[in-house]
Amino acid sequence: MTQELRNEVEDLLNRYVQCIDDDELESWPEFFTDSCLYRIIPRENEEVGLPAAVMWGDSKGMLVDRVVALRNANVYQVQWYRHIISNPCIRSESDGAISVQSNYAVFKTCNNGESEVYNVGKYVDLIVRDSGVLKFKERSAIFDTHKITTLMVIPI
Amino acid sequence: MTSSNRMKWPENADHTAVPYYVFHDQDIYNREQDKIYNGPAWHFVALEAELLKLGSFKSTYIGDTPVVVTRGQDNEIYAWVNRCAHRGAEVCRHRHGVSEDGTFTCVYHQWTYDAKGDLRGVPFQRGLAGKGGYPKDFDKTQHGLRKVKVVSYCGAIFGTFSDATPDIETYMGEDVSLFFKRIMNRPVEVLGTTRQYIKGNWKFYAENSKDPYHASLLHLFHATFGLYRSSQEGATLINNDFHTVLWAKSGNEDEAALEDVRKDKLRTYQEGTYTLNDPSLLAGQQEFEDGISLVILTLFPSLVLQQIQNTLAVRQILPKGKDEFELVWTYFGYTDDSEELRNIRLKQFNLIGPAGLISMEDGESTELCHKAIVSDGDRTNVILMSGSDTQSEGHLVTESAVRGLWKGYRKMMEL
Ligand code: FES
Ligand SMILES: [Fe+2]
Repeated sequence: MTQELRNEVEDLLNRYVQCIDDDELESWPEFFTDSCLYRIIPRENEEVGLPAAVMWGDSKGMLVDRVVALRNANVYQVQWYRHIISNPCIRSESDGAISVQSNYAVFKTCNNGESEVYNVGKYVDLIVRDSGVLKFKERSAIFDTHKITTLMVIPI
Repeated sequence: MTSSNRMKWPENADHTAVPYYVFHDQDIYNREQDKIYNGPAWHFVALEAELLKLGSFKSTYIGDTPVVVTRGQDNEIYAWVNRCAHRGAEVCRHRHGVSEDGTFTCVYHQWTYDAKGDLRGVPFQRGLAGKGGYPKDFDKTQHGLRKVKVVSYCGAIFGTFSDATPDIETYMGEDVSLFFKRIMNRPVEVLGTTRQYIKGNWKFYAENSKDPYHASLLHLFHATFGLYRSSQEGATLINNDFHTVLWAKSGNEDEAALEDVRKDKLRTYQEGTYTLNDPSLLAGQQEFEDGISLVILTLFPSLVLQQIQNTLAVRQILPKGKDEFELVWTYFGYTDDSEELRNIRLKQFNLIGPAGLISMEDGESTELCHKAIVSDGDRTNVILMSGSDTQSEGHLVTESAVRGLWKGYRKMMEL
């Protein structure tokens, strides 16, 4: 794999979390291909092959609907995420797709000003080139922090 | 008011006006552990489908008490307190798993128990080279783990510490057991677990899950896309004061009621404002002949069993001190589900759980209440929607089930 491609992948990972942390969620679905798989799933389910996830979308449309609901329907207190990502392990697959695994930690800050370690886990991704740009064909956030405090409304 | 006074319900309070201190008082919490969690109540602890293999086990709680549910080598279900009879160490240190030989060994001094909780082995019982050892009259049968009485009902396992607990169907009551059997009508398959940790007293959630009043007003997603509205055909069923069934049929709108909703100009009523980009989320299957699309069944104090569209789940309410509780969601389908139906369920799980489009706010509302009442302990709330009765009603515009909760709670707590 060329260094150039490697940089491009890392750039995708970085732009993704900045989009969420900067509250530009309307652009968030654009990181995915039209038909995709996005999951936030507890490690305890993933490891024993149980499929239930806390968020699960198999189309870009479903991700758009999440954002519309978050903006217009769901009730929750003001909150911000800060993602820290690290240790990306990038591998080319034979069919041209790229599989990536990386670690993440999400800190959540609410109006009281306290930042808590909200959700920690790993991303497991399948990235493809779609009209010239790298996009997530699959992105799973598999989390260790199986105790979700209060609720989860913003995607990871 | 001192805390000892709080062991009597104040003059001005009844099941329509509950003093806020019940959510914040440590003595009340301690009494709940005694009267409710160790009292004559059945507590949901597991689905049988979580314990399929011989030797499988699951760690959970009844109130503050850690318990382990097991399937013994004889295929029977057992439960015991997860506290070594020797010096009190936690015996089982895993959330779930399978013990191949069906035994459980405490790591501290390796006392070994079987799936029933009976003590099987004690290291150095006769001492070493004539030194030490237990007295001759040491009787292993007297040092087992504290047993929990269990019953398996339609694939769900309940435990109790009290000999005074009535049989499970009597405890539930007629409507509740009917709806219980409606959902648990054939073998189920567990699809996963999620856990939500909420900073509020557990009784706020007990109220919340018996409260059809809030459902269309707090959960805007619900109302906007027509999944549930208070104007829909439905009912509020109450058995033995604090066990309840709320059911509704989506699409069956009472036109007069709908007109009243429009007149109220609620923020929840946004008909036609939003359409789903991907309508497959709500394109479910009618899998019950009665056409009921929503059932929220509560069995006080620890269980909610639900069907929302094609999602099926149990929610276990676990108090963690007076100020916090954990809500454990176990999602399931039926073992004979088609692949298509299974995928519908997986997709619709977006509606429920900690990130559920129509359920996440219950964590929020619980915390809102808990925060706001901290210093106003002696004041009371107001629970008067649809009068002051605690009877079943043929509609959902009522708080009768919340009143029933407090009526039953008071009785059980002897307040
Ligand atoms: S505390 Fe369990 S063996 Fe000693
Ligand atoms: Fe709710």
